[in-house]
Amino acid sequence: MNYLMSAFTGLTIVVILIPLGSILYTAIVNGGAAVISPGFFTESPGLPCSSSSGQTCHLGGVAPAISGTLVLISLAALIAVPIGVSAAIYVVEFGRNRPLGRFISSVADVLSGVPSIVAGAFVYALFYAYAPAIAFSALSGALALSVLMIPVVARTSEEALRTVPNAMREAAVALGIAKWKSTLRIVLVTALPGVVTGVLLSVARAAGEAAPLLLTAFGNPHGFQGLNLPVEAMPLQIFVFATSPFANWKELAWGMALVLILLVLGMSVVSRLVIQRLAARLQGG
Amino acid sequence: MANTFPTPTGRLRPPARWGDRIFHALVGAGGFALVLLAVALIAVLWSGSEPTSSRYGVSFLWRTQPWNAETDAYGAAPQIIGTLVTSAIALLLAVPLSVGAAIFLTQQAPRWLRGPVAQVIELLAAVPSIVFGFWALVVLVPIMRYQIEPTLKVGLGWTGLFSSTPIGLDYLTASVVLAVMVVPTITAISRDSIAAVPRDQREGALSLGATTWEASSRVIVPYARSGIFGGVVLGLGRALGETMAVTLTIGNNNYLPVSLLSQGQTLASLIANEFTEASGKSELSALIEAGLVLLVITFLVNVVARFILHRFEVSGGNRE
Repeated sequence: MNYLMSAFTGLTIVVILIPLGSILYTAIVNGGAAVISPGFFTESPGLPCSSSSGQTCHLGGVAPAISGTLVLISLAALIAVPIGVSAAIYVVEFGRNRPLGRFISSVADVLSGVPSIVAGAFVYALFYAYAPAIAFSALSGALALSVLMIPVVARTSEEALRTVPNAMREAAVALGIAKWKSTLRIVLVTALPGVVTGVLLSVARAAGEAAPLLLTAFGNPHGFQGLNLPVEAMPLQIFVFATSPFANWKELAWGMALVLILLVLGMSVVSRLVIQRLAARLQGG
Repeated sequence: MANTFPTPTGRLRPPARWGDRIFHALVGAGGFALVLLAVALIAVLWSGSEPTSSRYGVSFLWRTQPWNAETDAYGAAPQIIGTLVTSAIALLLAVPLSVGAAIFLTQQAPRWLRGPVAQVIELLAAVPSIVFGFWALVVLVPIMRYQIEPTLKVGLGWTGLFSSTPIGLDYLTASVVLAVMVVPTITAISRDSIAAVPRDQREGALSLGATTWEASSRVIVPYARSGIFGGVVLGLGRALGETMAVTLTIGNNNYLPVSLLSQGQTLASLIANEFTEASGKSELSALIEAGLVLLVITFLVNVVARFILHRFEVSGGNRE
């Protein structure tokens, strides 16, 4: 019985890893050729065609989607990082162990569970009520993404700030340094690796979100044309291309999926390295 | 109180300099913005759902007539059922896998294997939902349609759960994808909970002659059960809100389900599928109301999960 159950638990690991392996394998096999093709990052998608029609299929590229994603996550980060980090600073430096601080922290916790489609519906409803002309725009898309990013940035920054030893803060006070200076230039700098990790992780998540953009950024064959116009994004384009019957579009979709997977993998590796360096630095000095 | 930062208590307040005042106001504004976001979320969705919510009231939640934009008739019951059933089945599949994996990682795996395998599992959590959906469409759906579902229909058809014609896009497939997506969350929290069980519990069990499995199943896991349960509820919260993977696998059908192989719809996939073609304020407000319902459901589940986890942490894992 013991051996049976030991085998079972080992088997669960294998079962869990199978889908991951399958996703990676499928993405590489179906999208690898597209990603390394010369025009993938620079061209627009080729006209839809299916391989059975006999005409030569031009693959094209996903430049509009890539540039759209870059614009959206940059704008979303521009909105989310100041709000998230300041909320975290407030909770840890001004509200620690006090009811208001705990309340804000709980709100951030709960907000991090908001479904991505609901964030999109929220931003859409907001724009529909007050600025319907730009309801489908890069701005609304970025706002929807920032709704998802703010709680993550706030929580991870809060954790990072909490790990800074109080001795530093006390030493700053003892030296007569103003609180704003000591917080920004000592505490925050010490916690910076953790904060940056949180930001990177939330950016990686936002880069892969399709649902909120369905209701806001909406898609656009020309890439970024202005904050007030719809814009394309990789996850959106994957959704449209994946459900289309066209072989070249599906190949482009797999290429984008591979790019997203590599992006996410890269972010995980980077964040792990950053955390290791942070741990080493805090222990060393 | 030795480790608290000397914040002003009212009696020992140092003279606040203008730099500090501005700073305090600015970061306070950040905190305020966060809370404002939460309030705005509910308020905007509430008012956006206006025509529909006053039209149907609470009955929106149990009207079962299929969502029909042409006749302007809406009701969320099939989608609520879809959301709950797919998430429930996903948990049914995911929890044994996750807890088993957590036990393996904390009790049985050689030390050098634990870190890497755990990190690889967490990688699964980071894969975007749309990629899961795409993969499911291309790899999982054919397997379900041509191999797994026919087999289930033959072997378990007597239960009546598999009476529909298997086409691969249905409740079951969507649940399987959700299970895969939710496993990393439950595994990670279960792993932490089990690791937090004091060593002497395990050593005591083993010294009394228990096998590794008996020690795990009868002593350690029960000790960690509230933490594991909190992780399960958190995973539930994730599954409830999952959109893209479900949209691509559930079949986009707004009727009440007949079997696990029926095509269906969840609240999230409803919004994703209907929104881009939504005609007019009436349907839009109905969709926004569906979003509000989803928000409330996930909000409640998440609050419960965090409460359970918080209690588990606070009590140090010992509930007796």
